[in-house]
Amino acid sequence: MVAILEQAFRDRWGYVLAALIGFLGDFDLAEEAAQEAFAIAAERWPRDGAPANPGAWLVATGRNRAIDRIRRNRTLAEKTRLLEVPEAAEDTVETTTFPDERLELIFTCCHPALAVDAQVALTLRTLGGLATAEIARAFLVPEATMAQRLVRAKRKIRAAGIPFRVPPGHLLPDRLTAVLAVVYLIFNEGYGGRGELAAEAIRLGRALAELMPDEPEVHGLLALMLLHDARREARRHDGDLVLLADQDRSLWDAGQIAAGREALDRGLALRGRGPYVLQAAIAGLHAVEPRDWPQIAALYGELARVTRSPVVELNRAVAVAEADGPEAGLRIVEGLDLDGYRYLHSTRGELLRRLGRTGEARAAYRRALELVHDDAERRLIERRLAELGAPS
Amino acid sequence: MKYMLLIHQGDTPTPRDPEWEGLPEEEKQAVYADYKALNETPGVSPGLQLQPPETATVVRVESGSTLTTDGPFAEVKEAIGGYLLFEADDLDAAIELAARIPAARMGGAIEVRPIAEW
Repeated sequence: MVAILEQAFRDRWGYVLAALIGFLGDFDLAEEAAQEAFAIAAERWPRDGAPANPGAWLVATGRNRAIDRIRRNRTLAEKTRLLEVPEAAEDTVETTTFPDERLELIFTCCHPALAVDAQVALTLRTLGGLATAEIARAFLVPEATMAQRLVRAKRKIRAAGIPFRVPPGHLLPDRLTAVLAVVYLIFNEGYGGRGELAAEAIRLGRALAELMPDEPEVHGLLALMLLHDARREARRHDGDLVLLADQDRSLWDAGQIAAGREALDRGLALRGRGPYVLQAAIAGLHAVEPRDWPQIAALYGELARVTRSPVVELNRAVAVAEADGPEAGLRIVEGLDLDGYRYLHSTRGELLRRLGRTGEARAAYRRALELVHDDAERRLIERRLAELGAPS
Repeated sequence: MKYMLLIHQGDTPTPRDPEWEGLPEEEKQAVYADYKALNETPGVSPGLQLQPPETATVVRVESGSTLTTDGPFAEVKEAIGGYLLFEADDLDAAIELAARIPAARMGGAIEVRPIAEW
């Protein structure tokens, strides 16, 4: 029962908190009220059974508790929107549904006037319902540091007047980009090993897709995360990195790949051609064997035009090498200004090896080795070097 | 909410700089027109333009006696060249107004500071 409650609470935390912030106009007050409502639920639901509409029950209970608290503290009342609100009857919990204000909440948390690390922490705390200690652990900072970061961010929201709303049309494209970037950042933080963050990012992605069903990039991001995450189990073997071509496909999560494709189709049906839709389309093609390299190369070309990123060009070079041979791929690689990027050198090494230019390949792999930080990646490059044999 | 928008000059040329003369006539007119439009925007209380930081004098009081030193305290690039006050619904409105200040696009930057209310 406790575990079921916990899951029910995690799933509803964002909704309940958002509704309370919308009503109270204050993050801290809303957080206290939400916590109180969940504590009351934990006590009553096992005894009396869960209410018909648990979300509405939690919001109404939290709201009533907050009103009680405010009545006891008039100065606080003067700082909130509650002055305009009629008094709520004690302990009557309405069955009306409250509007879902999670979108307002996420746009507030990802406002560009907040530092990116604060945006990430706030999003995980308020929408994800993660405890401060959990967020601190996930980002490898002391809990006190994370607590301070959250306090400062909430203070700025209040003091600087960051609005609690979905931005108007002329601001929406930029702000949506910022929201998606935060979710993808959380995902990548998890993809690098801390799986619970990746799962959290996917949960956020699903919520966004539900809340903004007409935005192709929202579906694109969800698709991208699902398609990448589906291969998590196959990506490492005994702690070593396994490249896509060598992965054991029976370890891929077929259900998640199907869900990813579904999200991608929705993004494409909305005529999405933004960076997330394109990346998801590429990830989708990578999941099919034999891979359609010309198509993958063409999509990387489109993505490079959208993002103007040399890293994307490097990926295009790999696809071109598969489609048209290593010579063609190498020509693109040689034109890139990415000397400090380890994958440029490991890619160059691989293409030179295929062309039989072993000495140059060895030099390129050595340069990659100088730049690598991750142990698993280091071992992968060392294996490649060993396969090239000793210098003649 | 009330905001003070502090205009950091950066590389922005002003009519007292030699670079100002190098600007095309229509750009100079646009700067004047933009400031005029800003000052006429509802909610805006126009500020005053400050003399450059090398004209500044710094005053401190230590153990009861006044210490006066020659500025400048700040690099010209970081110095505040002017300001305006804006009464707005929220930070988004203040950011949009800040983006309309010519210095923001001419090498300077605008610092948006909420005014403390008690």
